[in-house]
Amino acid sequence: MADTFTVIGRPGPRVDAMEQTMGRAMYTDDLKLPGMLVGRLLPSTQAHAVIKSIDTSGAEALDGVKAVITGADLPITYGILPISQDENALATDRVRYIGEPVAAVAAIDAQTAQRALDLIDVRFEPLDQVRTLDEALAHDLPLIHGEGEGQNLHRSAALEFGDVDEGFGAADHVREDVFFYKGSTHTALETHAALASYSADGKLTLWSSTQVPHYVHRTLEKVLEMPSGRIRVIAPPVGGGFGGKTDPFSHEIAACKLSMVTGRPVKITLNREEVFYAHRGRHPVLMWVRTGFESNGRITAMHFKTFLDGGAYGSYGVATLYYTGALQTSTYQIPNYRFEGVRVFTNKPVCGPKRGHGTPQPRFALECQLDKAAQDLGIDPAAIRLINAVEPDSMTVNHLRITSCALTETIDRVVEASGFSSKHGELPRGRGVGLAVGAYMSGAGLPIYWNDMPQSEVQIKVDRGGGVTVYSMAADIGQGSTSMLATVVAECLGLEPSDMNMVTADTDLTPVDLGSYSSRVTFMAGNAALDAGDRVRNRVFTAVADKLGIDPEELVARHGRIEVGTDSGSGMPWPEAVRLAVAASGPLIESGSYRAPELAGPYRGSGVGISPAYSYSACVVELWCDPDTGMVSIERVWLAHDIGRAINPLLVEGQIEGGVYMGLGEALFEEHAFRGALHKGPSFLDYKTPTTLDMPPVECIIVESDDPEGPFGAKEVGQGPLLPVIPAVANAIHDALGVRIDETPFTPDKIVAAMRDVSRGGTGRIGPDRVPDFEFPPLTRVEPPDGFGAGFRAS
Amino acid sequence: MTMPLPPFSYVTPSTLEEAAAILSDPERHVAIVGGGTDLVPKMKRRQTLPSTLMSLAQIHEMHGIRIDDDGNCIIGASTRLSEIAESSLVPAVVSAAARAIASPQIRNTATLGGNLCLDTRCNYIDMSATWREASGYCLKDGGDTCWVAPRGDRCWAISSTDLAPVAIALNGSVRLMSTRGDRSVSAENLYRNDGISYLDKQPDEILIELSLPPLGGRATYLKLRRRGSIDFPLLGIACAVEMDDDGLCVSARIVVGGIAPAPLRATDAETYLTGKELTPQVIEEAAKRTSQPFRPQDNTDMGSRYRKWMIAVYAEKALNDVAGDNV
Repeated sequence: MADTFTVIGRPGPRVDAMEQTMGRAMYTDDLKLPGMLVGRLLPSTQAHAVIKSIDTSGAEALDGVKAVITGADLPITYGILPISQDENALATDRVRYIGEPVAAVAAIDAQTAQRALDLIDVRFEPLDQVRTLDEALAHDLPLIHGEGEGQNLHRSAALEFGDVDEGFGAADHVREDVFFYKGSTHTALETHAALASYSADGKLTLWSSTQVPHYVHRTLEKVLEMPSGRIRVIAPPVGGGFGGKTDPFSHEIAACKLSMVTGRPVKITLNREEVFYAHRGRHPVLMWVRTGFESNGRITAMHFKTFLDGGAYGSYGVATLYYTGALQTSTYQIPNYRFEGVRVFTNKPVCGPKRGHGTPQPRFALECQLDKAAQDLGIDPAAIRLINAVEPDSMTVNHLRITSCALTETIDRVVEASGFSSKHGELPRGRGVGLAVGAYMSGAGLPIYWNDMPQSEVQIKVDRGGGVTVYSMAADIGQGSTSMLATVVAECLGLEPSDMNMVTADTDLTPVDLGSYSSRVTFMAGNAALDAGDRVRNRVFTAVADKLGIDPEELVARHGRIEVGTDSGSGMPWPEAVRLAVAASGPLIESGSYRAPELAGPYRGSGVGISPAYSYSACVVELWCDPDTGMVSIERVWLAHDIGRAINPLLVEGQIEGGVYMGLGEALFEEHAFRGALHKGPSFLDYKTPTTLDMPPVECIIVESDDPEGPFGAKEVGQGPLLPVIPAVANAIHDALGVRIDETPFTPDKIVAAMRDVSRGGTGRIGPDRVPDFEFPPLTRVEPPDGFGAGFRAS
Repeated sequence: MTMPLPPFSYVTPSTLEEAAAILSDPERHVAIVGGGTDLVPKMKRRQTLPSTLMSLAQIHEMHGIRIDDDGNCIIGASTRLSEIAESSLVPAVVSAAARAIASPQIRNTATLGGNLCLDTRCNYIDMSATWREASGYCLKDGGDTCWVAPRGDRCWAISSTDLAPVAIALNGSVRLMSTRGDRSVSAENLYRNDGISYLDKQPDEILIELSLPPLGGRATYLKLRRRGSIDFPLLGIACAVEMDDDGLCVSARIVVGGIAPAPLRATDAETYLTGKELTPQVIEEAAKRTSQPFRPQDNTDMGSRYRKWMIAVYAEKALNDVAGDNV
């Protein structure tokens, strides 16, 4: 089939590239409406306190202030997950982290809004703060949610697949390691912004830099007690999301409420510090992992424990918790697997989903431990991964359905391109190479709220001149989803992507797509677009075939024409064919949809990790680490990614490079650090991301495994390529200097401390030594899937 | 959105006399603005709320780089850092230090005077008003505690200028001017080891220019920072040595920046080096002696322990640089 594509597989710029690079695209903060007011949120300066009183009279009396609202005006709770409806847009009786919004103002300009915030008098009664995992597990601190004292547990899980004890019994070598993965945040360049306008006829429109207009729509319906039919949510182009714009946020709800109160449009744009507090970023995760190996490197059993510091509210946390245990099996054949995890509440900004959602942390632990085990067993790091690699068309022990899978090829390709085998252990002191792999879902198998409806719908309308308009609620957050949709439809209809008119992310105009999260859009919205495109094409083919007196099967759509067979220039131009179809069967408007197959396993928690397809990545990092200063300089990165099919290879490379960039940031620089409960540096000076000068050349290797269910065989690339980068850096530092930094980020002080430890006769390991002695709930024992094990164990 | 700027008035005198008169007006709270790259963010964070910003950009004699009749290199305080970074008139070590400051965009607007007078920095104070309220106000911020060293009564905010250590190592001096006249102060004496009152300059004095005598030997500046651009120094070591014809050190000046409220000379190491050949053993010992007196605090990126370690490492690198062929 591949050789018959015309636009699929052709590298090219995004359809919206010129508008955005010329600065003409209108992002949310660029929008201005007549009479628009400036909204601001008042942040809490207390980490944990009872609100005794809020006096807004001074602010209300200030000239130019049009409205002041508090938690009392928005009493209904919400949260992204139906099981975690624990947030208020503005704190009601209690604040739970520094930066939590407690009031909101709307004023005629920014300076007046600032003065109004200064005039709001909030009286707090401080409570003891819960600042760390250990404090959250203590029994004598106040409950952050609820009354009295006790352990601040959000959710815990304990699952066993197969027989782990038996697996360890069969092992020749067992390793136990402890790792810590520091929290980090998304650093989208566009700060969150929302513009709300409540019309005189009682309808509300919200423009918001969100990844999930559908979920924001549902939340507004709930908290504003308005029928969703009277609310319109629009996501203009979004300047980066990475998971940081997938929750409903205080500023969105407050802007709506302020507009309803004042009758004027209200815009709230967060400043950078406020974005650090809004957060929803990577959970800090402490991990303990015990793995049994045969002497040839095959894994016999794995026991994985995770401890997540979730911050003050639920957000996606229940899903995140399960994600820290779900995808270990997606790359390696683990015949017996036990996962225990717990997420706690602390008085810090709320953690949530960030690129890789809950899986980069265990991936780091797993890939570093595999490297250590390979060294113990005298096996090459590539070989130990290859011998355990998951195979296509198999089931994992925890009931993940694996279809297309080119993991082995990604490892082979990246090893070959980098010369890994001749470099590993052979480079001069200070220079090293590291290898790691990863896998990610092409969309969460289940929607966030339970329903039987499609996860993605796409509509196509063709006008009588042949113009094609594609309608989808998918929000383009910079990843290029709009271009992807245009390309899929263009391929169906024999047109060019740039010919497509795209209407996206507008709840009034576009049919539902659940949103740009979980790497779901190419697979799900792409399949819906393919479905809709096929329907349009079929109607056109039928009309043309009738006219020509031939079988529709003989027709082909290409180069702006409907042609017969291989006969170039035959048939008729697309607009003429369209008019035939409209005359024959009415308006040429079709819709398509996609819903993932039923994939959940027979246990609670099985909804997390399932996906219609998995992408695979392998990464080699080569670096120089100065033994005296501990400064790491990344020299080159090779990353091979099994995308299934590259709809647009240029955009695929962009996502790979972006994933590598973000992975290197988390590996070397980024940490959501706190002094007590106060963020240590909520700015881009203190929170360091790599600069252009810190970014190495990246060699992208696209591997196409042609997924049987993906649109034209495509899978995801938005998140997967980040996963192997962090452990590949850790493994390369070990190769360079013989030290093991078992916690992120790998900062120069840790590396020098490890070097000094070695010089004093130590092991040169830096990282946590223990995990808390926490009693997990009783294990849920799950039988492996039918047929599991048949092809798994050759020996 | 960015944080709103508090209101202020803006004046642009065209002569030094006019500027000095404005600065001496007791009715106004005047802040001198060069490129504004440090001052404007501070105002947005409401760390300082001057009623008047005075730009010196219109005063022509404060711009540019020249060599005077005695061979001194004179750099006007309003000279952009990018101009110093690209200048062939200034000693190479000065342009190298200028190139290490911040980012190209910031160097295109920031000035020499702004960098030499850069307010001391601390990650307890260079934060927003909200953050500082949540943390509790520190000594430099009108509070009664230094959060870096709570038992002490002094401010530990850090001197983060990259050019000051070089100016001191090169034995430079600055000219200060006010309505009371003008005076010359050595670069070394311009700074005080106090995070609040960190300059030996009266509020009504304007720093007009930096004067650097001809370089008699070799000099270098090494800056430790996490990233290839943007960051302030975690440590900056400027080092200048003069050697005699026998390869013995006649004089050495080693200045350590980024670890205390002032750039500080490593006098013990300097004395130790005098009269010695710069062998690897001598350099290692001098590096140890450079590090010995200093106690970096935990108030910037990376902890105090690491920055302490790095003083000796960087001093050794710097001395190896200037020893050159002698090693």
